[in-house]
Amino acid sequence: MTAASRLRRLVEPSALPGLGPTLGFTLVYLSFFVLLPLSALALRPWELGFDHVRDVLTSERTLAALQLSFGAAFLAACINAVFGTIVAWVLVRYDFPGRRLLDAFIDLPFALPTAVAGIALAAIYAPNGLVGALFAPYDIRIAFTPLGVMIALIFVGFPFVVRSIQPVLEDFETEAEEAAATLGANRLQTIHRVILPAITPSILAGFSLAFARAVGEYGSVIFIAGNIPMVSEIAPLLIVIRLEEFDYAGAAAVGLIMLSISFVLLLLLNALQSHIARRGR
Amino acid sequence: MSDRRSAAKRDPSWLAGALIALAVLYFVLVLLLPLVTVFAEALRRGFGEYFAALQEPDALAAIRLTLLVAAIAVPLNTVFGLAAAWAVTKFQFWGKSALLTLIDLPFSISPVISGLVFVLLYGARGWFGPLLDQYDIHVIFSVTGVVLATVLVTLPFVARELIPLMQAQGSDEEAAAATLGASGWRTFFLVTLPNIKWALMYGVLLCTARAMGEFGAVAVVSGHIRGETATMPLHVEILYNEYSFVAAFAVASLLALFALVTLAVKSLLEARFAQQLAAQRWR
Repeated sequence: MTAASRLRRLVEPSALPGLGPTLGFTLVYLSFFVLLPLSALALRPWELGFDHVRDVLTSERTLAALQLSFGAAFLAACINAVFGTIVAWVLVRYDFPGRRLLDAFIDLPFALPTAVAGIALAAIYAPNGLVGALFAPYDIRIAFTPLGVMIALIFVGFPFVVRSIQPVLEDFETEAEEAAATLGANRLQTIHRVILPAITPSILAGFSLAFARAVGEYGSVIFIAGNIPMVSEIAPLLIVIRLEEFDYAGAAAVGLIMLSISFVLLLLLNALQSHIARRGR
Repeated sequence: MSDRRSAAKRDPSWLAGALIALAVLYFVLVLLLPLVTVFAEALRRGFGEYFAALQEPDALAAIRLTLLVAAIAVPLNTVFGLAAAWAVTKFQFWGKSALLTLIDLPFSISPVISGLVFVLLYGARGWFGPLLDQYDIHVIFSVTGVVLATVLVTLPFVARELIPLMQAQGSDEEAAAATLGASGWRTFFLVTLPNIKWALMYGVLLCTARAMGEFGAVAVVSGHIRGETATMPLHVEILYNEYSFVAAFAVASLLALFALVTLAVKSLLEARFAQQLAAQRWR
């Protein structure tokens, strides 16, 4: 078989020109900017031996950082799942002054650079800040504690749940609600039994996105976190610290384990999501 | 009948009121308060100090660098997005879904990791760092590194916006043009581009916003050299760590203003050209 005919089996014929140059450019570009860099991430942790990777990953400081990053991301995503659902419901179902403005502002955390959000949050929740001062008399500290980390992650993940649910709610067949009401369900029963099950998969989808984003978040967190090792030091910051020590293998090991855990968790969440979607149908 | 129907869908007014209040409260606390804080802190000591902070040579250098990096990264990713979208939506080939996953991948990576990978390649102890060093080429702690990291972080924006739209539009019009003898470029400029122009603009807008605001990836590769490799977000960090809060928030307020303009243009595009956008999820 010639190379040309082998190639023909991989590509279906088309009347349009340009497959060669566009696909070629795409592959070269992706190789240079994505594949090559990520292969370095996959390969470099092992260069000082398996034991070094194990030592880095099982050190108390790394474990504490991973626990904080994943734990705070999980809690923040939970809070956003609850309030995001309420916000999406309010935006789709009610009409009130300022609704469109609120809708446009939901994406603010995507548009606002993370460092800008970070210093603003640090100013608000510091003991002498607007909100921090409210809690300071009760000896509750928000900035420079894990609580501060969670608050930054709530900000960052806010739009995901809202934007996941909104289109589903807009398309939701109101006949189902009418039927429930006709059959004698009160409004709360209808919400609980009819509407919530229908939007649960999209709540979960938004939760996953918010969680994934929060795990890797850096800019908005480091200012409010205080970055105290073992207490409020997030995993991405640990990567930066290892790099500053020129421990490339250690930095890559932390990065690789973060990506791997996220990947497994997202696979599980996806499976859960499709399971719920199937059961709901 | 329609009255009873809509009544069945309507929440009791106490519930509606409570939910609206709760949503607005959450919105104000989580989103509005940080935004207002940026401007309040920037203007804390009046406009004089605010504008003085923005005219600092290092601040101006940071603004120039941010614009320069965006001016390189955004066109690169726009050309990539157009090429990838053309290849993926106009042809059937083996391995397409793997390619799509690869295009999406940068969105699932922590920004810090997006910077880290380039240090692993081009840093002093990177795979290619020592080799490039012999030719006096420095990638890390230089503008080149900042551009590389920014390109990786913003790589999917244009492609993600164009691919679903061009998929939905199909290639019948292009096939007709090609059959009538139009060249590939002619087909693209006269048939495809008019169909995707608003989506292209939308993707470029999101790409630019992210390119100018990127922090984590850039922080790892830039070395934070004042006036040289510090973009605006990095300059904000430098000033903040020096306790120059007013100056930090002043530079931050420029980025916040740009974010507001981005949101406004985005809402406008969504309102006017909803049919011609793929309405991607922003990350």
